[in-house]
Amino acid sequence: MAEAVGVAAESLAGDRARAARTVLDQVVLPGEELLLPEQEDAEGPGGAGERPLRLNAGTRSRGRVVCGPGLRRCGDRLLVTKCGRLRHKEPGGSSGGGVYWVDSQQKRYVPVKGDHVIGIVTAKSGDIFKVDVGGSEPASLSYLAFEGATKRNRPNVQVGDLIYGQFVVANKDMEPEMVCIDSCGRASGMGVIGQDGLLFKVTLGLIRKLLAPDCEILQEVGKLYPLEIVFGMNGRIWVKAKTIQQTLILANILEACEHMTADQRKQIFSRLAES
Amino acid sequence: MLREAPPANWWAGPGVPGGSLAAGSVPALFRVLHCPPPKQEVREASPTVSPGDTSVLAGVYGPAEVKVSKEIFNKATLEVILRPKIGLPGVAEKSRERLIRNTCEAVVLGTLHPRTSITVVLQVISDAGSLLACCLNAACMALVDAGVPMRALFCGVTCALNSDGTLVLDPTAKQEKEARAVLTFALDSVERKLLMSTTKGLYSDAELQQCLAAAQAASQHIFRFYRESLQRRYSKS
Repeated sequence: MAEAVGVAAESLAGDRARAARTVLDQVVLPGEELLLPEQEDAEGPGGAGERPLRLNAGTRSRGRVVCGPGLRRCGDRLLVTKCGRLRHKEPGGSSGGGVYWVDSQQKRYVPVKGDHVIGIVTAKSGDIFKVDVGGSEPASLSYLAFEGATKRNRPNVQVGDLIYGQFVVANKDMEPEMVCIDSCGRASGMGVIGQDGLLFKVTLGLIRKLLAPDCEILQEVGKLYPLEIVFGMNGRIWVKAKTIQQTLILANILEACEHMTADQRKQIFSRLAES
Repeated sequence: MLREAPPANWWAGPGVPGGSLAAGSVPALFRVLHCPPPKQEVREASPTVSPGDTSVLAGVYGPAEVKVSKEIFNKATLEVILRPKIGLPGVAEKSRERLIRNTCEAVVLGTLHPRTSITVVLQVISDAGSLLACCLNAACMALVDAGVPMRALFCGVTCALNSDGTLVLDPTAKQEKEARAVLTFALDSVERKLLMSTTKGLYSDAELQQCLAAAQAASQHIFRFYRESLQRRYSKS
C-alpha cells in the first residue's frame, strides 16, 4: 500500500502548480494549478507552503488580480477549467495584478453582460421578442428597447429578422435580456440588420481575434472591397458587399483565416488584390 | 503489496508486438484527432483510435437548452449517448453510458451552467477490445474541445489479468475473452485518483492494487498525449 501512495505522490509532483508568468500564451489544460506572481515570491516555484493567496491585496502595492473565463478560484488556489492559451492583461496603473483568462476555441456561446451579439428573432409575444443568440435559452428583447420606440410607435421587427444588440442582463440563473439602445437611448449601430447580406457562424476565438484593436485581417479585408460587416460576440458574422460574389468571397476569407498563419494570410490577400 | 515494476511487455498492445503506448495507441489516437471535421454542427468530433483499431467518434453539445422534465435547477444535466456500431443500443450500452456519465459528472463543473444540458454522443466505429476505456478517452477529449468547464481531465485504462497472473494493459477483444478478469479504471489528471472502476471476473485484492498501479502509470502517457495533441491544436493562431 505504501508503494501505491508513493506512485501517487510522484505523479502529483509531475504537474505541480506552475507560475502564471511562465505559462503566459501557452496552452493550459483543465485541472492545472497556477501560481500568481506574489505567491511565487512567497513560496518559490517549488514551495509547498500553505500560504493564503491574497488576490485582493488591497494594502499592498500590487494590483487586483481578476480571474477571467476559464479560470476559477478554489480557496486560495487558482485553477484552470478550460483548455486554451493563458492570456494576461496588465492593469493601467500599478504593476502586478491585472486580468488573467484562457483563450479557448469553443463554439458554444454563453451570454455575458455587455456583449454585443447578433440574434435571430424567433417569436413575438405581447411586448417582448424572443431572440435566439446561440446560448442555452433565448434572450428576451423588449419592444421599447429600440431607438425612438414608444408605446404607440412600435419598431418594425418580424420573426426571422436579425438583431444586433447588447446584453443588459446575462447571468447563469436568469433569462438573458437584450437591448438595442445604449444608456443614452441612442441606437449607436444597434437594431434590426438590413434585408440583404450573409450571416455565418465562426468560433468564438476567431471573433475575439477579429475584434482585437490591432487586427490586420480586418484592415486587409477592408482594402479588398467596400463592405458592411457586423460581428457578434456569439460567433456570428453578418457581411454585405456590393455583389453576392464579393459577399461570398469575404465570408470564405473570414472563415478560412482562423487556421492560417500570418504569412499564409498575406499570400491570400495579395493574390486576391491582383485578381 | 505492489510489485515494483510490471513485466516488461505489459503494455504490449495488439498489432504492435512489444510496442508501448507511445508507439501503439497514442499516435493512432493522435493521427485521427489531427483532422477533426471542422465544419460540422457537432461542436467537436474526435475519433480516437486505440491499438488494434478500437475507435469511437465523440461529439459534445452544450451548454444547450434542456427539456423541462430533465432540467436540474442548480446544475447542468449531463447526458451520455452511446451508439453501437450496428443495431440498437441494448443493456450493455446503457450500462456503459451510465459509467461514462458518472465519470463525466465527477469532473464537469455543472454548477456553472445550471438549467442546461450537456450531451455527449459516442458512436462506436470499431470495437477491438478496451472499448469502455476508448469511450472515456474520447469523451474527455470531446469535453475539453467543446470548452466545457472541468475540474480535471480524465482517462480510461483497461487491464486484463490472464490465467497465469500476467497483466495486459489495453487488451484486444481476443485477450479480453481469454482473460480471467478484465478491469477498467477511470483516473483523473490532478491526483491520479480513481473516478470509476468496473470489473469482470475473478481477481485478488493484491491483483486489483497491481492493476490500479499499472493503470496509474499508463495514465501518465495518456495525459501526456492529451497535452501534446491539444498543444498542436492550438499551435495555429
